[in-house]
Amino acid sequence: MRADVQDDAGGRPLLVDVQGLSIGFAPAGAPIVQGIDLAIQAGECVALVGESGSGKSLTARSLLNLAGDGARVEARRFRIRGQDARAFREVDWRWLRGTVTGLVMQDALVSLDPLRTIGQEVGEVLSEHRILRGRRAIDARVIEVLGRVGIPDPEIRARQYAHQLSGGLRQRALIASAIAGEPDLIIADEPTTSLDVTVQAQVLEVLAQRVRAGAGLLLISHDLAVVGGIADRVIVLRDGRVVDSGTTADVLTRPRHPYTRGLIDAIPSFASRGRRLGPASARSPDRIAPLRHPPPARDDTVVLEVRGIAKRYARPAGFGRRALATTALDDVSFDVRAGEVVGIVGESGSGKSTCARIVLGLLSPDSGTVRLLGEPWSRIRETERRRLRPRLQYIPQDALSSFDPRYRVSEIIAENLAGLRPAARAARTAELLEQVGLRDDLAGRYPRSLSGGQRQRVSIARALAAEPALIVCDEPVSALDIGIQAQVLDLLCDLRARLGTALLFISHDLGVIQHLADRVLVFHHGRLVEHGPVGEVLTTPADPYTRTLLASQPRLEYGLPRHAH
Amino acid sequence: MNASTHPSGEATAALAPADLVGLDAARIGVAPGRRTYPPGIAAAALFLAVLLAVAAAPTLFTGYDPLTGNVLEGLKAPNWEHLFGTDRLGRDVFARTVHGARYSLLIGLGGMAISVVAGVFLGILAGLRHRLLDEGIARVFDVLSSFPGVLLAMLVVTFLGQGMVNIAIAVGIAGIPKFGRVVRAQTQLVRDADYVTQAAVYGLGRGQVFVRHVLPNVLVAISVIATVYVGSTILTVSGLSFLGLGPQPPTPEWGVMLAESRDVLRVAWWPAIFPGAAITLTVIAFSTLGGYLQKRFEGRLA
Amino acid sequence: MPSPTLWSRILGRLLTSLVVAWASVTAAFLALHVLPGRIEDILAGDVDTPGLREAIAAEWGLDRSLPEQYWAFVSRIVGGDLGTSYVLRQPVREIVGSQLWPTVQLALTAGVLAVVLAVVVALLTAGRGRLSRTVASALELVLASTPVFWTGILLLMLFSFTLRWFPVSGGNGWQALVLPSIALALPTAGLLAQVLREAIEKTLDQPFVTTVRARGVAELTIRARHVLRHALLPTVTLGGWLIGGLLGGAVITEKVFGRPGLGSVTLGAVLTHDVPVVLAVVLLAAFVHVAASTLLDILYLLIDPRLRAA
Repeated sequence: MRADVQDDAGGRPLLVDVQGLSIGFAPAGAPIVQGIDLAIQAGECVALVGESGSGKSLTARSLLNLAGDGARVEARRFRIRGQDARAFREVDWRWLRGTVTGLVMQDALVSLDPLRTIGQEVGEVLSEHRILRGRRAIDARVIEVLGRVGIPDPEIRARQYAHQLSGGLRQRALIASAIAGEPDLIIADEPTTSLDVTVQAQVLEVLAQRVRAGAGLLLISHDLAVVGGIADRVIVLRDGRVVDSGTTADVLTRPRHPYTRGLIDAIPSFASRGRRLGPASARSPDRIAPLRHPPPARDDTVVLEVRGIAKRYARPAGFGRRALATTALDDVSFDVRAGEVVGIVGESGSGKSTCARIVLGLLSPDSGTVRLLGEPWSRIRETERRRLRPRLQYIPQDALSSFDPRYRVSEIIAENLAGLRPAARAARTAELLEQVGLRDDLAGRYPRSLSGGQRQRVSIARALAAEPALIVCDEPVSALDIGIQAQVLDLLCDLRARLGTALLFISHDLGVIQHLADRVLVFHHGRLVEHGPVGEVLTTPADPYTRTLLASQPRLEYGLPRHAH
Repeated sequence: MNASTHPSGEATAALAPADLVGLDAARIGVAPGRRTYPPGIAAAALFLAVLLAVAAAPTLFTGYDPLTGNVLEGLKAPNWEHLFGTDRLGRDVFARTVHGARYSLLIGLGGMAISVVAGVFLGILAGLRHRLLDEGIARVFDVLSSFPGVLLAMLVVTFLGQGMVNIAIAVGIAGIPKFGRVVRAQTQLVRDADYVTQAAVYGLGRGQVFVRHVLPNVLVAISVIATVYVGSTILTVSGLSFLGLGPQPPTPEWGVMLAESRDVLRVAWWPAIFPGAAITLTVIAFSTLGGYLQKRFEGRLA
Repeated sequence: MPSPTLWSRILGRLLTSLVVAWASVTAAFLALHVLPGRIEDILAGDVDTPGLREAIAAEWGLDRSLPEQYWAFVSRIVGGDLGTSYVLRQPVREIVGSQLWPTVQLALTAGVLAVVLAVVVALLTAGRGRLSRTVASALELVLASTPVFWTGILLLMLFSFTLRWFPVSGGNGWQALVLPSIALALPTAGLLAQVLREAIEKTLDQPFVTTVRARGVAELTIRARHVLRHALLPTVTLGGWLIGGLLGGAVITEKVFGRPGLGSVTLGAVLTHDVPVVLAVVLLAAFVHVAASTLLDILYLLIDPRLRAA
């Protein structure tokens, strides 16, 4: 089969050669993806970047003819490894899948069949395409491939199920299942999106190894920074069209299109401190006071005082089970002062959410104390806490699920406006909506009919309604597209500058903390390993874990030196 | 949702992480406030509306007496005078079918009410309170549901005797675990929902949270589930009447009518066709409507 | 290889079932005592011969203390002694034993038929073209909504009276089993197919199906090897309901087709208030139900490795 592969000028085989690709669904409807050109060579990584709904996944899936039921795929040129794929029948596609193209999707927990072992999943492509015969030969290859993607003890792992593996190992197993048939092209659709940064760095390295070994890689991501470290060329999609494309260095340093410029500007980091992430154009209803940075002079009032809190989760001994206790939080102390933004960074399982729940008084610590505005807060009865409740508010990650599905936007906000007369309540609701940049005619809508960014704004308005001294923000922008994340972060900066509300801001994204926080707390395995001003901790960290975390952070600059030579 | 420039200044609506799904939702997104009902749903709703009218005022729909007939006019095939024909005793089958709606609905809804009231009480109790009570109520449900519904109802009838009220009680008891379990699961879902946590952050008391957020959301779910179950309750009730455990002849109950038709089946099909069709259509209508409400309700939560 | 946690879960499930079985026996005992009226009268049913009440009181030890009576009741049932029918003047065990087989035969045939029908229809129609799905789901809705006895009557009308292919009633030979089994199987099959197809379609939307497709696996293989197992999980939880429905439906079906069996015996017993017989049949059905759902739950544990996790 290799003989008919067309070579490009450089002599490297051209795996994918697509021109004028358009994909639509409804018989007469407008195409969702239009006029896309895509070429991938062996040993090259091409990144497809765009926000939700840009059509990047659809484009990638069309290379496998898996764009979905009823998809109409048209192209002037559609060649895969030199063959005209427009003439392919379903059997041809099926042969192609697994042997020429391999697919790696986002979350291995659901992208691997949860009822089958890792070994069965990785080996399926081998038996299905009769690449190897006999169980022993297949088992041997499975173990070899699992080893190749860096899974320790592959013999044991092959007999386990996806849910028994950690997130990183699971994702490696998914990659193994995609490359077991030795495909020339790997299509990776947001392969690291649900992973912690340190694990993300490792998984990206596994993919980079395949590229160095000669495979072509089509990497789909919403995150320019992730792509910067690995891609040779970048294609930026927006609403189904290519807005920018070129070598990674070109696109990242000299974006041709304002949209790409906007995407790059929207990435939070140290460099973005004090400036807007989103466009300050007429597009955002910018009736908010101009951004002031640094924030207004703070007094030294301690809003929140956390001393030595610890939490262990115990599982009682059951039938044939030993009792098990895990330490979620171990001897954590810190303060939050008025008007200050304190960031908490840490990976999953680091105890940051447990800490948030204790601070919010939803969970009581096993030991240690929390004081709010100088008064006892932990280990008191809920009725005693109620008086101070309005002073401490909460913005969760998933805004929608935090709204009672029966309530309209106005009712959601009004519920936090206790003790006001109806007229005053309506006026205050309108004022709050304006403050978070929402038109007041949204007040009568149900949140489920709003966009993600609008919902998060409603959530912010609801928190502000109580005029709190401190807001706990638990990953408030993690589920949002980068452009909307930028707007929400800008809004938080503005409000913080205007209202002087202190924020306890939890994020797995170091960039967000670098952009926003005054001080940072680094959590690892339930312990507070390092804390201090953001400028110190996240530039010259003292703790080895913080150093690893920092080294794993994807940064735009990463990709650049690689292309210098 | 609108994928292009949003009034709030967002370039793209944030959608589900899966690009493909998100796209569909964005492009096909339904404008809020405008609703269209699938034709099947409209038909089901219309049928149930007519059924309710028939049950409320059967005499508006037929002039014949369901209980008396002219034996000489017995077993006449459907004709213009007797749309559904006559039975062995010369009674008008149409009149009997029309009058039967009241019994089926009454017993079905009555039994249902017993299941709902007991199920909601036990289910909410189990869903809210500590583990021991939950565990105990779960076992009660296990025990009740270990008796097959029809047989449990037969046991109840053995103790209480035949009759309409008694089979309503019988069916009601048999339905308690089915309901209670759903209510318990729903209560736990709502109890652990983020909006309940959020209400605690506002500083609402436990009772306030329960009244404002937990109870209404549980009740909405229950009303949807109840619609689905009315159908199956009516089905069980008609089965028990067919066995002769419910209302006794000459009551024009659909199950009773079918039991009587069994004896004349060799010569006449019409006494068997119409009441059977009435039961089936009623059950289909309730299931269709209930299924639709359930889908809409789940869509609302998603 | 089953892990220790799997064994402990299975053992736990068995224990729970024992508790439920014991509780249902206790519930029956309590029902007898809570009901208004003397227990002798309740047990005697519609029979009123001189000296019978005293005989019953002696047999059930009604003069002893309640705990003693309870203990005697439980140990009798554990020993397989189901008491005496005073209406039929025969040990309940003999009555039930002689009528058990026709009912088991009917329920088993219908059960197998229903499962096979449902799996075939669901596998063939799930996720396929709109038309076949619409037709199949409409058919399932109609089947699931049709009362067993009406299906039976319609079948009788068509195949026994009009076509004369099968006997009108009776319990002899396989011909007498055909129509009752179909009548009993159809509603169950309709509901089962509905659940199964919905589960298959839900599974087909899972990301891992895309991964499997991207390995070049054929569509039918995907359904058989990957999807069906997932779709069986919600169906297995329906198993208990299915058994109960078949047992209850068997009673009605027997009446429609005039078949001998436990149903006819029970129905007769209900009408003559023959409490010992009804009680025995109901308890027996509960035991069968508990045993079957226990087996299905264990099957569930075996299918889904995620439940074996600690």
